[in-house]
Amino acid sequence: MNIESEKGFNFLKKLDEIAGKTRNYIVKSEAETDPRYGFYPPERPIDIYISYGFIPLDKPPGPTSHEVVAWIKKMFGVSKAGHGGTLEPKP
Amino acid sequence: MHSYKEYVALMELHDKVEVDRLIEVMNMFVGKIYQRPPLRSSVKRSLRVKEVYSIEVLEIEDGKHVLFKVRCESGTYIRKLCHDIGLLLGVEAHMRELRRTAVAHIREDLPVVTMHEVSEALYLHRKYGDETLIRKVVLPGEFIVAHLPRIIVKDSAVGAITHGAQLAAPGVVALSNDVKKGDRVAIFTLKGELIAVGKSVMDVDEIMKSEKGIVANIERVVMQPNIYPPMWRKAKKAEGS
Repeated sequence: MNIESEKGFNFLKKLDEIAGKTRNYIVKSEAETDPRYGFYPPERPIDIYISYGFIPLDKPPGPTSHEVVAWIKKMFGVSKAGHGGTLEPKP
Repeated sequence: MHSYKEYVALMELHDKVEVDRLIEVMNMFVGKIYQRPPLRSSVKRSLRVKEVYSIEVLEIEDGKHVLFKVRCESGTYIRKLCHDIGLLLGVEAHMRELRRTAVAHIREDLPVVTMHEVSEALYLHRKYGDETLIRKVVLPGEFIVAHLPRIIVKDSAVGAITHGAQLAAPGVVALSNDVKKGDRVAIFTLKGELIAVGKSVMDVDEIMKSEKGIVANIERVVMQPNIYPPMWRKAKKAEGS
């Protein structure tokens, strides 16, 4: 395991914590990851970080989820964004 | 995809009800309940069974306004739940306000932010080149699939998956012990990046033993192609194709 894969593994451990799960990992084959490709997620260059990002947003009542997504897209200047579900569809 | 939801709702009863009676009736809605989606709904309005895991009354004001927390299966209509509670109480009721507090593991205890904070973070970044707030407001998308079992793959398998290939056994480096045949799995790089989401076609033991064959069918590729080098091309050429 090189330093990059160690960091990556610790990140996955953190995800387990967020999900409230205790997981064991089973290794099938030893491998290292080449630092020239990809990024450790928390340290992606900012534009890439944003493009793979997620915002736990406190949506105020009033604007619809759809409207808020449109604003977020505009603010960040990104072409793709979505939301995790509507509470009550508007007629 | 998400089977668990949690809400805080404000229900208004159309007449006063004794607290004991109210709690007794609300508790009757815990467990599997029949529910017909309301008129204004986004699904087919046929009677269906939904599970309510718990109902917790947080506050009652003037005997009519009931603030409660409900944990339930995805697709349970809380407006309908309030209506039905009102019917059973004999006083009628409707939902005044609703706030979703959790979807699966995405809960309010994550650093939840307002639109203002998002806007501020962007401002600091654009005006002063300061990324720190953005990195707090925006979280890596990997958080979304934290609840899924995972398979970690070699660098050499990443390119192929992002170009539409299924995950084959030789590409597997490690996997979490909760991977099950037929269940959804998240496919990660060794750096912790989400590549794709798919369905495992094997159990843990089978994956560990396999030297070839498809391990998971990819349903959705998240990572952009061409971030990792296309290692499979070499093998293809060697086969003469």
